[in-house]
Amino acid sequence: MSRARPYLRPAEPLWWAHPPYLAYTLREATGLAVAGYAVVLLAGLIGLASGESAYAAWLNFLKSPWSLALHLLFLTGMIAHVWTWFQIMPKTMPRLVIGRRVLPQRWITAAGLAVAMASLIIVLLVAVWTQP
Amino acid sequence: MPPDAATAIAAREIVIEVLRYRPETNREPVRQAYRVPFTDDMSVLQGLQYIKDHLDGTLSFRWSCRMAICGSCGMMIGGAPRLACMTVVREYYPGPFTVEPLAHFPIERDLVVTVGGFVKKIESIYPYLIPKTQRRLDEGEYLQTPLQLARYETFSDCINCMLCYAACPQFGENPDFIGPGAMALLQRYNGDSRDGAQTKRMELVHTDNGAWSCTAVGYCSEVCPKQVDPANAVNQNKTRSALDYFLRFLGRPAGSGSAASGEVEP
Repeated sequence: MSRARPYLRPAEPLWWAHPPYLAYTLREATGLAVAGYAVVLLAGLIGLASGESAYAAWLNFLKSPWSLALHLLFLTGMIAHVWTWFQIMPKTMPRLVIGRRVLPQRWITAAGLAVAMASLIIVLLVAVWTQP
Repeated sequence: MPPDAATAIAAREIVIEVLRYRPETNREPVRQAYRVPFTDDMSVLQGLQYIKDHLDGTLSFRWSCRMAICGSCGMMIGGAPRLACMTVVREYYPGPFTVEPLAHFPIERDLVVTVGGFVKKIESIYPYLIPKTQRRLDEGEYLQTPLQLARYETFSDCINCMLCYAACPQFGENPDFIGPGAMALLQRYNGDSRDGAQTKRMELVHTDNGAWSCTAVGYCSEVCPKQVDPANAVNQNKTRSALDYFLRFLGRPAGSGSAASGEVEP
């Protein structure tokens, strides 16, 4: 008769809080900042559709110190999200083979971050340029 | 270096805390500490062999090649999944450090875990080439360009050590998840330009226990001792699976999306 009695260790519920998983946890958690900012923009769009006073109220909210703090939080979250997301991006796509060599994954990450940076600069330039 | 020679010139000692489990005496695993002399070039596997030869002959662990090719000695060392033969003791000086069986797997005895589930998964993915069109012997071999080889080559380097499974929290939550290792092997065949069984294997990828159990943690690729990059294998299959799903509505057969990455035969 077999004396085997395999022991299954209990699952660690806080695995996401341990060092090897922190970048992952940060990436997933800061997705909420991205969603939060989308909600703010959506509120503006609804305000715009429902009349001048509603839109003015939304603009007023944007000027409040609470809103500035919230946007600072969103921005920090967004930067962390972009950074961690482009780290994992090369894993989500088929290998790019140039000539006979596989393109190193850190180049794909660098290209993604460069595009994110460039788009940020373009948005800032347009914002400054079109300032009333 | 045999453990006896190691003892002769050993200058330092370190405490290794091993998680022990003997099903006939222990109800659950217990820690046991051993004081082990070590040299600078000594691996954790040699440390365990020292324990077995000199301190406690009842300690059980798997090993074979001592050079990171057989994939037998995967265990949690200092809390991380590593090959015992590929990890040096001096890294953990002054210690103590822990050695435990691979996480997420049932323990059979001491550092030996159950591998049956993993072997079943490997078997389930059709782990062999199924040619697009069978060639007769006089038609010669199935040719492949270096570029076609580069698309899947590292996925064929897997040594089945299961470190990636111990690194994967989703496998910890769902033991039926096909997992990084088996998915890397699946991609080794699905990404091969000579293979024609993508549709068959994609059926496994599409399920809840296939690619969609993965949340792109990425730690599996970090711990891989052979740079197989299983996270890449799993996650590029999510794209393929999604593509197959939408191509269905266009009346294309499932699996045609997965063939898109393969080179067209000349």
